[in-house]
Amino acid sequence: MSDYMKRSFLVALWFVFLTFPLMVVKVNTLKNTVEWRWMNMLWVAIGAFVLSLLWRWALERRQLKNKEAESGEDESTRLGFGQRLLVEPKLYKPVLAVLFVATIAFPLLFDIYQTNIMVLALVFVVLGLGLNVTVGLAGLLDLGYVAFFAVGAYTYGILNSFWGIGFWTSLPIGGLMGALFGIALGFPILRLRGDYLAIVTLGFGSIAKIVIENWEEVTNGAKGIAGIPRPGFFGADMSITSATTYTYYLMILMVIFTIFITNRLKDSRIGRAWMALREDEIACVAMGVDMAKTKLGAYAFGAFWAGLVGVIFAARNTYINPNSFTFMESALVLSIVVMGGMGSIVGVIIAALVLILMPEYLRAFSEYRMLMFGAIMVLMMIFRPEGLIANVRRKYRGHKVMTEDVNA
Amino acid sequence: MQYFLELSCSGLVRGSIYALIALGYTMVYGIIQLINFAHGEIYMIGAFIALIVAGVLTIYGFSGVSILILAGLIATIYAAAYGYTLEKIAYRPLRNAPRLSPLISAIGMSLFLQNYVLLAQTPDFLSFPSLIPDFGFMEPVAHIMGSAELVILVTSAVAMVALTVLIKYTRIGKAMRATQQDMTMARLVGVNVDNVISVTFVLGSVLAAIGGVLVGSYIGQINFYIGFMAGVKAFTAAVLGGIGNIPGAVLGAMVLGLAESFAAGYISSAYEDVFAFGVLVLILILRPSGLLGKAVKQKV
Repeated sequence: MSDYMKRSFLVALWFVFLTFPLMVVKVNTLKNTVEWRWMNMLWVAIGAFVLSLLWRWALERRQLKNKEAESGEDESTRLGFGQRLLVEPKLYKPVLAVLFVATIAFPLLFDIYQTNIMVLALVFVVLGLGLNVTVGLAGLLDLGYVAFFAVGAYTYGILNSFWGIGFWTSLPIGGLMGALFGIALGFPILRLRGDYLAIVTLGFGSIAKIVIENWEEVTNGAKGIAGIPRPGFFGADMSITSATTYTYYLMILMVIFTIFITNRLKDSRIGRAWMALREDEIACVAMGVDMAKTKLGAYAFGAFWAGLVGVIFAARNTYINPNSFTFMESALVLSIVVMGGMGSIVGVIIAALVLILMPEYLRAFSEYRMLMFGAIMVLMMIFRPEGLIANVRRKYRGHKVMTEDVNA
Repeated sequence: MQYFLELSCSGLVRGSIYALIALGYTMVYGIIQLINFAHGEIYMIGAFIALIVAGVLTIYGFSGVSILILAGLIATIYAAAYGYTLEKIAYRPLRNAPRLSPLISAIGMSLFLQNYVLLAQTPDFLSFPSLIPDFGFMEPVAHIMGSAELVILVTSAVAMVALTVLIKYTRIGKAMRATQQDMTMARLVGVNVDNVISVTFVLGSVLAAIGGVLVGSYIGQINFYIGFMAGVKAFTAAVLGGIGNIPGAVLGAMVLGLAESFAAGYISSAYEDVFAFGVLVLILILRPSGLLGKAVKQKV
């Protein structure tokens, strides 16, 4: 025990050294003044000490778990609560019912501000589910996902400001444009391996933003497009409140639609091809899966949702500019997928709601938002790579009874 | 003609900065096949620490070259410490994990470090004191190449030669090359692979920090976000030269720097970053192994 303490103490010292210049000293090079913030050192020391104890404990636990898994203990019999919630009707039916009532009642119980935030959170739920297809199912790391979101939003913005085309016409066009861009992006990088893919998609994401910023004639540059109409309802004139409520229900339908499609797709032929591709590309191709088609499908499909929901985002905000589509948004969506559990639909929904709503309601957090997202990504990868709620994979189980029969 | 020379010169300066960062990418990739996304952040932290040290020293009455040397020294030490810690926290526990895991961890680390500097220091641009003195002997060519540019070129050249010597002729260099060729085999013949990986991260971080100090003092302002773009471009350079290949990284960086400089000078500077990415995509499509890299056959 004292050994633990000693090592954590050394770690704390190391972090004090490491963070000293950045956390303590703050120079103003214009006025030539220095501010010394010694108190920060204390926090760093205490934090590092505690965290290092926790870190070592968690690492040891992970090792223990790995050993258990190796020794052949059947893990599928011990599903976590989250997973049991997914497979046992007795558990998920009442939860679904409560959830259904809560979603319907939400705009009636809360004011327009809350509803508006909820719409944003739902937008990110759909984004998360879309990226979940590309990253979670097909294992293609996409760091420029927000570009497709921007494509959708700008499709509506441009169609509307130039030709006065309405929301409902733009919605499918936005989705298709997203898918089209997904395919266009997918083509050149089909042959690339995972890590190259990440950096190229990162590049595409940044290119999209730069192009939007500089192509003033069409996108109105950094000023953005203003005065985008909210979703219409058979030409009815709506106040802002009812329009927001309407958008909310629209978004709920959208989320249900997305869940339905992605869930069905997951168990379909192409969905299983995606998962096979993720697990082992070479083996998958050897089994006769058309790699090009499958990968492009994953890109197009993931991008489709981003485009679709981009249109709704533009309609919700009534104003878009390039700053809504930075790398930070891509990183946010990625951390939603990572935290939720790659390939797990319920996990992604929960993660999206938590990550979007928490900074909105706990203002103190919002400053530390990105810091936390970064930490979450690292910690999740190390300690819980399967995410909050792991995807329950379909498994083939040999029946023990049968083998006994054979022996007899 | 003079414009052309100016552009070439600024291209070379850009290139040598990219090269300093790209070397870190390429060395790490060569050994553990990981894109160290947080490498650009190490470069940024190097620049920040140099700025802080320089600021404090200026206030306590130091001057000129002594500040440059002290700031540079402390910045490289700290960058090395950060690189070492980074590997230990974010990558070592994931040594045997699927490929996607360390990559996501690296992205997370990059976000974390960026925001750590943002919160601990400032979201604004800080003006970096110009530490590099004006040399008298550069006067006649000052309109083409300034003193700062000369210092950058010379320093990065020296750093790269030192790295080459280290890798070619020292014991640890030999161990690094062995690990790069075959990690399991290296372990079998008694190379401490974990140490080698740590040394690789430290070396890469030192080079990146040198780049950070030089850039800070050359451009005159830094903020928490400079590492992102620089990192992506340096990575492009590393891929261009053939990732995992050390001379390739330098060559790729020079080509990219010059190309960017000419594109910005003769075409348009608004699309400068698009250009770098365009180069990256083209290279990956046409020659994924890079200029000097060998095509690696994947074996099952």
